[in-house]
Amino acid sequence: MSEENEETQTAEETPVEDTETQDKVISPEKAEEAKLKARFPNLGHKPGGSDFLRKRLQKGQKYFDSGDYNMAKAKIKNKTLPTAAPEKTEITGDHIPTPQDLPQRKPSLVASKLAG
Amino acid sequence: MAGKRKLSERPGGGSGDVQWCFSQVKGAMDDDVAEADIISTVEFNHTGELLATGDKGGRVVIFQQEPESKNQPQCRGEYNVYSTFQSHEPEFDYLKSLEIEEKINKIRWLPQKNAAQFLLSTNDKTIKLWKISERDKRPEGYNLKEEDGRYRDPNTVTTLRVPVLRPMDLMVEASPRRVFANAHTYHINSISVNSDHETYLSADDLRINLWHLEITDRSFNIVDIKPANMEELTEVITAAEFHPDQCNTFVYSSSKGTIRLCDMRASALCDQHAKLFEEPEDPNNRSFFSEIISSISDVKFSHSGRYMMTRDYLSVKIWDLNMETRPVETYQVHEYLRSKLCSLYENDCIFDKFECCWNGNDSVVMTGSYNNFFRMFDRDYRQDVTFEASRENSKPRSVLKPRKISTGGKRKKDEISVDSLDFNKKILHTAWHPLDNIIAVATTNNLYIFQDKIN
Repeated sequence: MSEENEETQTAEETPVEDTETQDKVISPEKAEEAKLKARFPNLGHKPGGSDFLRKRLQKGQKYFDSGDYNMAKAKIKNKTLPTAAPEKTEITGDHIPTPQDLPQRKPSLVASKLAG
Repeated sequence: MAGKRKLSERPGGGSGDVQWCFSQVKGAMDDDVAEADIISTVEFNHTGELLATGDKGGRVVIFQQEPESKNQPQCRGEYNVYSTFQSHEPEFDYLKSLEIEEKINKIRWLPQKNAAQFLLSTNDKTIKLWKISERDKRPEGYNLKEEDGRYRDPNTVTTLRVPVLRPMDLMVEASPRRVFANAHTYHINSISVNSDHETYLSADDLRINLWHLEITDRSFNIVDIKPANMEELTEVITAAEFHPDQCNTFVYSSSKGTIRLCDMRASALCDQHAKLFEEPEDPNNRSFFSEIISSISDVKFSHSGRYMMTRDYLSVKIWDLNMETRPVETYQVHEYLRSKLCSLYENDCIFDKFECCWNGNDSVVMTGSYNNFFRMFDRDYRQDVTFEASRENSKPRSVLKPRKISTGGKRKKDEISVDSLDFNKKILHTAWHPLDNIIAVATTNNLYIFQDKIN
């Protein structure tokens, strides 16, 4: 943070380490980064970059391939289709999604409790 | 009582001597919160008489302030339910396999032009213009119809009777007047009405569109930051707003902590900014988290139009529009979280999008935090205060007590330690009445209204 800024400080805040003590003390941010890297050693080197942003842009994507579904139905015929484990939130890959797997999206018929 | 208070103890709410009091709380008291009840936006209209909320279930609730009663002239009117309606419904885009949430991302009021009120509400993909109108009279005495609607036998009609308008119980009706759809590939994060009162902008992650309030089948793209190759994507648009009185000027903020000011007179496509506001970063301090916490979650012009405020994860910054190199003021919201970034990243809290707001005369700014805390920063008195929105402090007209967080080893009495903060109790949305010291603070599913104490 630039020193010319006017900052408001209250008793509860920890001041950010300044560069003079950088050699002796690791900034709290860098210490946190070290913790994270220790837990997730495969973490990408471009943190704010493509992966994280692309995930944000893909919010809401649900994968349902009607072709896969109908072919699986045709193959299995009388047998029931494999359904997703209840914990799985993303339905992709080998699992054949069924209409039951996709969460029901109905508008709320109940009035808001703020109006109660 | 107020006169003997030390400078450091003043709550800081405008004129230096403001005491904030609980006024009302709306919403269910139980802890089991249905997802649909999560409040997603709060907005006063231009007079402050109306207060709108939107929720994750796509519903809008509008409260109206009761006029000051003659019996209690010192007491400001309460906010009571005026209208409620289902604004958006969940949709599924089959072509793209995309689920479209009904959550109301933003509500913006139009300035009032006639008896009716208008507001824009938006979810991720569609903006709607709603008309809220009052009906307090109905015609009675039809010549050809009975009062219940049945048609009279024409043979029994012997005289001409003209219906008259008679008073009835007030009915408030909300009707969708315009639907602005199919203009956004990505998720809409902002809408902003222009000072010309004819146009408005809508912004998604990569594009900003300009609309005319009367025209729904056409929209002009004014900013497009989508790279030719999506692999090269490095930043997204996080918020956008029109200048309060210069109808050609708007700003948009990014996930990299920059703000661009654009002038629509310069060109049709405003990809080239007129000004770029960015605070230089010390490269020695850069960490994995730097970019994430610098992402701006909200940008708001001051009422004067001379300043703008941005909110990033840990701070609020005030920028002078005449100075691009750095903010003129920086306020730490919860600096003690800097040493908790690892766990905040793991529980996704680091991606929480806090909003911020100005008071009516731009002297105080407010923003939310965790543990149902919210903070006010008085720019004139250089003071700040932390309050908590909780049912425990909800006795009518009880004065709010400032809260303190202890970061060191020794925790004083009444202080809360950082480790005992509840990160599920976040105040993301707050609003300040445009003229009075009345604030609306949204916890997860409750709306709190606080007022300053009138002596």
